[in-house]
Amino acid sequence: MSKAESFLLSLAHTNRLSSVHTGLHAIDPRAKVIATLAGILTIVSHDRYTLIGLLPYASYPLFLALWGQVPAGYVFSRLLVVSPFAVFVGIFNPLIDRTPLVQVYSITISAGWVSFLSLLLRFVLTVSAALVMVAVTGFREVCMALGRMHVPRAIVVQLLFLHRYISLIASEAARMIRAYRLRSFGSSGLSLKGYARLTGTLLLRSYDRAQRIYSAMLCRGFDGTIRVRNQLHFRSADTLFLAGWIAFFIMVRLVKPGEALTHF
Amino acid sequence: MHMADALVSPVVGGTMWAVSAGALAYSSRKLSSTSTSGNAIPLMGVLGAFVFAAQMINFTIPGTGSSGHIGGGLLLSILLGPHAAMITMTSVLSIQALFFADGGLLALGANIFNLGFVPAFLAYPLVYRPLAGTTRNRPRLVAASITAAVLSLEFGAFLVALQTFFSGVTALPLPGFLLLMLPIHLGIGLVEGAVTAGLLLFVASSRPELLNSQVTPHMRKRGLVASVLIATVLVAGAISMMASSHPDGLEWSIEKLTGTTEIAGQESAAHRSLSKTQEKTSVLPDYGFRFHSAHTLVQKLQTPVAGLMGSAAVLLAGFGAGMLFRRKDRRAGQGGSH
Repeated sequence: MSKAESFLLSLAHTNRLSSVHTGLHAIDPRAKVIATLAGILTIVSHDRYTLIGLLPYASYPLFLALWGQVPAGYVFSRLLVVSPFAVFVGIFNPLIDRTPLVQVYSITISAGWVSFLSLLLRFVLTVSAALVMVAVTGFREVCMALGRMHVPRAIVVQLLFLHRYISLIASEAARMIRAYRLRSFGSSGLSLKGYARLTGTLLLRSYDRAQRIYSAMLCRGFDGTIRVRNQLHFRSADTLFLAGWIAFFIMVRLVKPGEALTHF
Repeated sequence: MHMADALVSPVVGGTMWAVSAGALAYSSRKLSSTSTSGNAIPLMGVLGAFVFAAQMINFTIPGTGSSGHIGGGLLLSILLGPHAAMITMTSVLSIQALFFADGGLLALGANIFNLGFVPAFLAYPLVYRPLAGTTRNRPRLVAASITAAVLSLEFGAFLVALQTFFSGVTALPLPGFLLLMLPIHLGIGLVEGAVTAGLLLFVASSRPELLNSQVTPHMRKRGLVASVLIATVLVAGAISMMASSHPDGLEWSIEKLTGTTEIAGQESAAHRSLSKTQEKTSVLPDYGFRFHSAHTLVQKLQTPVAGLMGSAAVLLAGFGAGMLFRRKDRRAGQGGSH
C-alpha cells in the first residue's frame, strides 16, 4: 500500500469516527475546541520536572475517547508516527542535565531523565487530547466553531475546501503512483526528475480540476460568497461541559496532586 | 520541523499565535479585497490538497539512499502569491495538526509562522522575486528557487530552535541546538529548492500561462518594506518578551553557569534604575520566579497563576488584534459594496 493510500484510509477513519452519534458528539464544537485548548495550555504551563502532576490530565482524553467511542489504536498509531521530533529534542536532556533529582531506593534518577520523561508525557497528553477532540467532533463542525469564534471567513472557507478536495487529489496521486509502480518493475523509488514530472502532472490536473469546480460553482449560482448554515446552539449541557473541564484543569494546576511525589 | 505542543510553553505558543493571527488577518483582508480572479477559492483549496498529495510521493535523494518530499510553502507563494499562500499553508498545517498530530493546537501559531509566513512574506518577496526576475530564464529560476528555499528553511529551523529554547523544555544550549538543526535543514532546503525548481520548470514548459495566475497581486515596494518592518518588530518584540518573561531559557542557562539567576556583575547606575523601573512596572515581576532556597532546580520555575495569567493576556491580545482587523474588514467590505 502506498503512502497516499494509507493516508486516504486514515482520513476516512477520522471521518467515520466523527459520524457516530453519542451524547459527546452532540456537545457544541465550540465547547470542545475551547476545553481542549485550555487543557493543552494548562498541561504545557507545568515546569519541566513535573511528572506525576501531569497524570490527572490524562482523564480528559480518556473521558472523550471512552464516551465518544474512539479506539485506542486510532490515537497510538498516530502518536508513533509523529513522535521522532519530540524524542529528538528531549533525548539530550538526560545526557546534559545530570543533576540528581530523585532517589528511588538506591537508584538515583537525574533531572535530565525526569525532564525527558515529562516531555514525552506532555507530548502524549497534548497530542491525544487534540486527536480525540477532532475524532469526536468532526472537521466540518470544528470549522463552523472557528467561524463562530470570529476566525476570518477566508480561512474557514479554505479549511472546508481543502478538507473536501484532499481525498480527491490524494486518490488521484495514489492512482498515479500505482500506475508508475506497475510500469517500473520493482525499481525502487523515483528520481528527482521523475518526481518533478509526476507531481508536475498532478499539479496541472489539480489546476484543471479547480477550473472545473469553479465552473460548476458558477453554474449553481456562486456569487463570490460561501454560505454556511449555522446549526450551532450553545445549550446548558455545553456550558456544563466547558465549565466543568476548565474548573478541573484549574484545580489540578493549583492543587498539584503530584507535588509530594515529585519534589523530595 | 513541525513544533509539537509539548515543545512550547504557553507564553511562546501564545506569542507566536498572536503574531501569526495578525499576519493571517492581514492576508485574509488583502485576499478578499484585492483577489483578481474569481476562482481563487477553489484554486487555493485544490492546490492545498495538491501539496498534501505531493508530500505523499517520495523520491530518492541521490547518493544518500534516504527519501524526501516537498514542504510547499515557497511553491504556493510562487503559484498563488504571498497572501493566498499564507492562508493555504495555514489550512495545510491545521489539517496536519488536527488529523495526523503533526504539530499541535498551541504550536500551530509557531508552525504557521515558521512554515507559512517565512516562505510567503520573507523568502518569496525578498529572495525569490529579485533573483528570478520576470524573464523566463531557466538557470535563474533554478538558482532563485534553491536560494529562497534554503534561506527559508534555515530561518525556519533557526526559529524552531529559538522557540524550543525559550519554551525551556530542552537542556540543550542554544548554540548546540542550532548546530544540530541548521546543517540538517541545509540539506532539506536544497532538496525543497530543487523540487520546487523542477516543478516550476515542468509547468513553464507545458502550461507557462499558469505561472502568471497569482490570485493576489504582488506587494508594491512600499507594502513590502512595511510588512518586513512589521514582521521584524513583531518577532523582535516576541523574542524579547519571551526572554524577559520566561525564566527557563536564558536565566536557567545563566544559572547553570553562575549559580544564580541574576547576573551579579558590576551594576551600573543606569542598569539599577532601569531594573527598578522594570520591577515597578511589570505586572508579573520575573514571572513569579524567585531565588529563595538552595534547591533551585527542584524549585518551581514559575508560579502557576503567573503563567496562566501571562498566557491569558497574550491570547487576549491576539484576539483583540483579530477583532480590530475584523472591524476594519467589515468596514472595508461595506465600502466596497456601494
